[in-house]
Amino acid sequence: MTALGAIIRRDIRIALRVGGGALVGVLFFLTVVVLMPFAVGPDLKLLQRLGPAILWLGALLASLLTLDRLFTADAEDGSLDLIVMSRTPLELTCAAKAFAHWLAAGLPLIVATPVLGLLLNLDGMASLAVMATLLAGTPALTFTGMIGAALAVTLRRGGLLLAVLVLPLSIPVLIFGVAASQAAIVGPVPFGTPFSILCALSLASLVIGPFAAAASLRHGLD
Amino acid sequence: MFDGLDVEAAGGEALALVGHNGAGKTSLLRLIAGLLAPAAGTITFDGGEPDTPVAEQAHYLGHRDALKPSLSVTENLAFWREFLGGEPTDLPAAIEAVGLAHAAELPAAYLSAGQRRRLSIARLLVVRRPIWLLDEPTSALDVRGQEAFGRLMSDHLAGGGLIIAATHSPLGIAAREMRIGAAA
Repeated sequence: MTALGAIIRRDIRIALRVGGGALVGVLFFLTVVVLMPFAVGPDLKLLQRLGPAILWLGALLASLLTLDRLFTADAEDGSLDLIVMSRTPLELTCAAKAFAHWLAAGLPLIVATPVLGLLLNLDGMASLAVMATLLAGTPALTFTGMIGAALAVTLRRGGLLLAVLVLPLSIPVLIFGVAASQAAIVGPVPFGTPFSILCALSLASLVIGPFAAAASLRHGLD
Repeated sequence: MFDGLDVEAAGGEALALVGHNGAGKTSLLRLIAGLLAPAAGTITFDGGEPDTPVAEQAHYLGHRDALKPSLSVTENLAFWREFLGGEPTDLPAAIEAVGLAHAAELPAAYLSAGQRRRLSIARLLVVRRPIWLLDEPTSALDVRGQEAFGRLMSDHLAGGGLIIAATHSPLGIAAREMRIGAAA
């Protein structure tokens, strides 16, 4: 549908331009991961053990950082009214916006992972494992986070509320993401088990997120 | 908010909603646009596409401009033309019609308030829709801008379109007035 393509291209274009927010997430991710070895100390074995967890935590916080503007920007300038009025179902538009957000803010995190893995003493195999789990898991973070983003539109000063609502939904993704990474690096659990659950979480959120977000946006119109 | 409200408007006709601030002009427009759910009552559009909600056959020009500051004038309009679908028209002609041809590649952030209003008016021109729901359409415009918009509205009415506008100042075209709320 050309309307959805238009929304995705517009959102990515806005995110990539100056002040757009695509860079903010990556810089935050970078900051967290760069500071961690200084905080933990020069224990290389410990850093290697913590590596996947640190990368996952940084990616989670970075992707949630820019998510609260997902719908509030459109609500504030009046675009949301026109989006709701259009013939494109609101659920699909919400999904398209979340997909654009993942492309502009989530993919750069995944691309940055191998480089940052070096800082945490992770070898190639470990970095690859973390990248794969991030690829499977960051959509879940974005699509569950969009529910909070939609609620943040209705409840004006909702920044903190967004975190409170979305964090519990993100925790299973974090657990299985790190578990899958560890399974690939050290075992003994086969990689497939936590990875399939991670994929299942992502797929479920791809459906639930847009419907919940659209319902919340419609309810909040005044 | 409204009780026993009966509004009728026909093609080629302009209806001006007048009333003091807070009377409910904006709310009525948003009701017609489908952005507010009525507690009771119906809104029907005879002669339009059947089984299509009024919202999809109407342009809504609200108080806010629905413009992205980091996108250029052309990019903003091209997005709405693609997103709104339906019958598209010539983009440069629409930009020309609102007098923004010289600023076509400028980011919307650099436009003045009047220019931003003109740009959101251009949105009404890039996709043809029969109903225009306008909320204080000429608020930020200078005299020339108001006259130009008056001509655009006349063209729309001449083509069989319908305009319902909430306004404090005269629209600049022949319009039937409807008072919302108690007389002052």
